Amino acid sequence: MTKASSKRATPPPGDAADFVQLLTPDGERVSHPDYSVDFNDDELRGLYRDLVTVRKLDAEATALQRQGELGIWASLLGQEAAQVGSGRALREQDMAFPTYREHGVLYCRGIDPIMPLGLFRGVDQGGWDPIANKFGIYTIVIGAQTLHATGYAMGIAKDGKVGTDEGEAVIAYFGDGATSQGDVNEAFIFASVYNSPIVFFCQNNQYAISEPLTRQTRVPLYQRASGFGFPGVRVDGNDVLATYAVTRAALDNARHGNGPTLVEAYTYRMGAHTTSDDPTRYRVAGEIEEWQAKDPISRVRKLLERENLADAAFFTEVDAQAKVEAVELRERVLALPDPDPSEMFKHVYPHGSPEVDEQAATFAAYHASFEGAQH
Amino acid sequence: MASVKADAGTISYREAVAEGIAREMRRDPAVVCLGEDIGAAGGVFKTTAGLFAEFGPQRIWDTPISEQAIVGAAMGAAMTGIRPVAEIMFSDFLACCWDYLANEIPKVRYMTGGQVTVPLVIRTANGGGLGFGAQHSQAVENWALTIPGLKIAAPSTPADVIGLMASAIRSDDPVVFFEHKGLFASKGLLPPEGHLVELGKAAVVREGTDVTLVALAYTVPIALAAAERLAAKGISTEVVDLRCLIPMDMTTVLASVAKTSRLVTVEENPHQAGWGATVVSVVVDEGFQLLDAPVRRVASANVPLPFADALEDEVMPTVDKVVAAAESVANF
Repeated sequence: MTKASSKRATPPPGDAADFVQLLTPDGERVSHPDYSVDFNDDELRGLYRDLVTVRKLDAEATALQRQGELGIWASLLGQEAAQVGSGRALREQDMAFPTYREHGVLYCRGIDPIMPLGLFRGVDQGGWDPIANKFGIYTIVIGAQTLHATGYAMGIAKDGKVGTDEGEAVIAYFGDGATSQGDVNEAFIFASVYNSPIVFFCQNNQYAISEPLTRQTRVPLYQRASGFGFPGVRVDGNDVLATYAVTRAALDNARHGNGPTLVEAYTYRMGAHTTSDDPTRYRVAGEIEEWQAKDPISRVRKLLERENLADAAFFTEVDAQAKVEAVELRERVLALPDPDPSEMFKHVYPHGSPEVDEQAATFAAYHASFEGAQH
Repeated sequence: MASVKADAGTISYREAVAEGIAREMRRDPAVVCLGEDIGAAGGVFKTTAGLFAEFGPQRIWDTPISEQAIVGAAMGAAMTGIRPVAEIMFSDFLACCWDYLANEIPKVRYMTGGQVTVPLVIRTANGGGLGFGAQHSQAVENWALTIPGLKIAAPSTPADVIGLMASAIRSDDPVVFFEHKGLFASKGLLPPEGHLVELGKAAVVREGTDVTLVALAYTVPIALAAAERLAAKGISTEVVDLRCLIPMDMTTVLASVAKTSRLVTVEENPHQAGWGATVVSVVVDEGFQLLDAPVRRVASANVPLPFADALEDEVMPTVDKVVAAAESVANF
């Protein structure tokens, strides 16, 4: 292998010719032959509010971790459009399987944003109900949720819940790094041969912790779908309108029984992998500035300004409201009670088990033996 | 449907697997099977024979060759309200889907604070004695024994296959169900419809007063044959078929040791970290005063299973080895 070929990398997309884009970084609307959105003015302002709020709450969580109030946090900074665009494209009946970074999708599902903070503060044994909220648990093991999602999709297909306008669809979130996992490729195969109602939504944020995209692939990720026999689409992941349009179309395709789609949302992780990571050790110089210019929020603001859909008072109010929500979130996190130690024996088995029940009883007796233990 | 039965009153262990699944599938339309070659082929061990003809492709899913996708998809399907019965062809291949067995399935309930359970069964052909070599012969019940959140069944008779299968499929817990390859051809009584064997209830399959043999699956007939030989030597042997490892019925084991004062475990897994070590630890903890002799564990050698029949016999528990161990504690 020549040195050149071993270094061959995916050419980065530049403009609307390389991926689906409906809103440029300068806030200009562009048309696409296959995808469009028909948001009214209120809805556009609503998307802006979502993006700002999600970023603000995420920044608050990062701050809480830095102050020792959370064990760890995986920031979504830079990926707000990919998450709000896809999250708002979901219909009530659709099921989402997230990684541990989908705080924006969680927000769009209407789940209390304190839920993941309780998890990362380590004060509860599970937060939201994944079935009731149609949003799976945060999955830390890379790629595993793509198979859970595929099985779920096979299940709803078996139950006849696809094939109409009101059909159900499933979306599986994962990153560029996960595409190297066997699980993800196996999920593609299962979903393909069973023509399952699923959207594989890859947020290509350019890094798997420190490993750049060139360590995961030599072809654009969306092109991999063709080898599995279903369509792949690359979308500007920093464009909330395009992400919404592409995801909505893929979900509708799935709910109508037309099988899976791979969506590659081309974006960038502006922050660290998690609060335990220091990206200054591996980032290429100038990269941050280049992506700063493609910021997902500023382009929507420019659009609203350009088309006179919002005035300065609106932007001030959105910022102020997001700040209020962030402060509330902080106060609620700090007030979260520590769990009762006996909690750790609960929920191992639905109807208990002799071994665990006995250990729980021994543990309770031990704790009760201390002076002043009764409460 | 299933292959010809010897007569109306008996059934082979192999046929009992399909019979046990079929009974539950007739009873509950939410039960679905998935795995490699389980459909038209009827399973490589013919343990799903007849299911595809009766229940069709909507409920019998022939899958691509991917253990982790079979088990991972089973978990996702269980979240929709389906009760999946996933087959992993050889239990050795559980290692190919270990993330789902160790990290995902047993922890869903805990990590959702009890809000989501995944009622599913992972069936798998387990164990040696057939000369299948190092990667297709292992008895790996003890792998699953390390993981809280799973339940483990390993039947030794056709009736127990049917009774435990019914309990496993109806269980809200994920159950790993070990079917022993060396027992597939064995025959036993066909239990009546509705036959249930509760998970975590051991069976005293032979009563005795001098020594207790605790066995599981393939080692149950070995222990029974050893008990017959020991009887000729004047040693009265009680044999406990543990049936399940989680929950583990130590009440029955301790009651038996209270009678006999002597304990030998008969395990197919390697001696290192075998399930018998857990049995022994509970007995010496809770029943030390019951014992009149050291406990012994008859288990496989700490080596991979050899291909050659003659060598495999050397590695695995045999009637001779069990008789020798039981004699040594009886004569202590």
